Amino acid sequence: MSKTAIKVENLSKRYRIGFEKQARDTLAEVITDWVTSPIRNFRRLKKLTQFDQENQEAEDILWALKDVSFEIYPGEVIGVIGKNGAGKSTLLKILSRITYPTHGIVELNGRVSSLLEVGTGFHQELTGRENVYLNGTILGMTRNEIDRKFDEIVEFSGISKFIDTPVKFYSSGMGVRLAFSVAAHLEPEILLIDEVLSVGDAAFQKKSLGKMEEVSKAGRTVLFVSHNMGAVRALCSRGLLLEGGILVLDDDVDKVINTYLSSKDVSTAGRLGWSAAEAPQDKELILFGIELVSETGEVKTTFQIDEGFEIRVHYEILEEVRNLRLYLRFKTTLGETVFATYEDSQIQQGFNRKPGHYTAICKIPPNILNNLTYRINIGFDSPGYKVLIPNREYLEVDIVDTSDGYRYDRDAFDGPIRPYVNWRVEESN
Amino acid sequence: MKRTEKEIPNIVVNPQEKKRTLIDWLELWQYRDLFFFLVWRDIKTRYAQSVLGVGWAIIQPVFSMVVFTVVFGNIAKVNSEGVPYAIFSYTALVPWTFFSSSLSSASGSLITSRNLITKVYFPRLVIPIAPVLGKMVDFLISFLILLGLMVWFHAKPTIWALMIPVFILLMMLTSAGVGMWLTALSLQYRDIRYGADFFIQLLMYASPVIYAASSIPQKYQVLYALNPMVGVIEGFRAALLGTRPMPWDLLGVGTLMAIAFFISGALYFRSMERYFADVA
Repeated sequence: MSKTAIKVENLSKRYRIGFEKQARDTLAEVITDWVTSPIRNFRRLKKLTQFDQENQEAEDILWALKDVSFEIYPGEVIGVIGKNGAGKSTLLKILSRITYPTHGIVELNGRVSSLLEVGTGFHQELTGRENVYLNGTILGMTRNEIDRKFDEIVEFSGISKFIDTPVKFYSSGMGVRLAFSVAAHLEPEILLIDEVLSVGDAAFQKKSLGKMEEVSKAGRTVLFVSHNMGAVRALCSRGLLLEGGILVLDDDVDKVINTYLSSKDVSTAGRLGWSAAEAPQDKELILFGIELVSETGEVKTTFQIDEGFEIRVHYEILEEVRNLRLYLRFKTTLGETVFATYEDSQIQQGFNRKPGHYTAICKIPPNILNNLTYRINIGFDSPGYKVLIPNREYLEVDIVDTSDGYRYDRDAFDGPIRPYVNWRVEESN
Repeated sequence: MKRTEKEIPNIVVNPQEKKRTLIDWLELWQYRDLFFFLVWRDIKTRYAQSVLGVGWAIIQPVFSMVVFTVVFGNIAKVNSEGVPYAIFSYTALVPWTFFSSSLSSASGSLITSRNLITKVYFPRLVIPIAPVLGKMVDFLISFLILLGLMVWFHAKPTIWALMIPVFILLMMLTSAGVGMWLTALSLQYRDIRYGADFFIQLLMYASPVIYAASSIPQKYQVLYALNPMVGVIEGFRAALLGTRPMPWDLLGVGTLMAIAFFISGALYFRSMERYFADVA
């Protein structure tokens, strides 16, 4: 293969975290403490940039990355996934040269731009136009480049009317949109992206995702850090899985996502349960647990596209509630509702359930959801009276399509749902 | 959208590598647009939503001059070497105000640009150097006032006035050198930020702003000249007011010191910059 775009060898990064602080009881101690504090403070602050060779494993040292090595070739689009604190952001920060590694070598062939957070350097007193230039140069564009792309940037942001208004008069959404559109028009050889898709409203997010897709297909090398498995799956071909600063898997993106999802803790496993003390509750009702169960009775989080499954909601009624309604909403990872459904037999039939334990079962038929990650939101209310347990996202469910025909052509089906519909062709005259 | 064919840069990050250039001028040049916009932002926003706007650039040295003239010129009767005290002190205040205000903003610059440091890469040297360039605008405005005052007071500039650009460079070199020290130190030790303004104020008394360098005993002159602003200020006076012969000795010592500040400042800054994002 040709020259690498990014080559990382035995990369490690060490941070010093927190400082021990001792409590003083007596007045004498407090006074000595106060007098000697400048010396102690000086030592403490000095330590921020110094690490003892002998004391490698001191308690306040954290290895954010340890011995990470990989190679990325030009044009690859790589998803970096892992839990919070796994070292994803540190990796991106090192690659974008914001922070310096403790050990190891990084070789970058090409201009690097990072979108670690949009809107860096935006100044409230300056107009949108001025901020586009300022932000653009901060992100590494030249003035000429911005001149050339200015109209495109403004048009993409959709706020051309306010481009000469100081940013301080913008709504927060407008600022973010302008900032994102500057960032989206960078043209580096290597692009590092960290969770930028989580900005703006749903419509703008969609637009952003589209732009990212366009960028990644334009032959640029992209490293994409996200918790949004749907986006990672859609954009990336290869994945890197980080765990506690160690690169545990470097493989095809689907494999990496599956490994990640199966290793994740309760909230993204197929079962979620609480003790009575911790459970979401109101004085009339306790939500004890939620399960995703396959047709064969297996509790899991990933289902085939042609596999139906059940969502089981376990709850206890403490006091009789009039018009109890359980509502359930499927959302995309971008936050858009795909559909909503209710268990409202009480209302329909006009009776009140007696206090006791209940399980509500919602059957999701096969061939209705798309090859995506969905977030399941659940809530209880009594329409017109009160909300018992507010609507919240509890679980993620992953629908996959591994059937041969679609496997390599998953882009063919877009949209939040993919119902199996009947087609028939008749010869007409 | 055709991208112009550029040579693809090759960047290697290797913490074990010892040999590093003191200042990567080429990279700073590549980031000249960033310099421009940061300086421009600084200037544009400094006086945003203020009534007097750029007028503040004039008020500071002019009002200081008025107060100094009343207190030191009329009451304390400080020797102003044969020229009106007003222009005597204002000639010193123009470079001094530049020096003090650029240091003051350099010492706060890492904190105010924390947001940038932790989010994007750019040559970190931009941070202490941008304020030095930014304050040049204020300097030029107050320098124009100085020219006006010279006409008003019938000052007699000497041929050495042609040296003024050199003095300005020396003044910028000093500010950049000390600025790099303060910037790098202030990130780790916030004390610098609180102490810098106070210290700079005291430093004014160790510079010939309100008095003439000739009032310092001869045997202390070399020690006195270790402050590069001594040479700069006396140079301004010698060139523009002709109050004294060119202070070559002060300027010589001052230049050496300024270079020493600049190189040591750059070295310290470069050795610390890799920690900026972690400590900020």
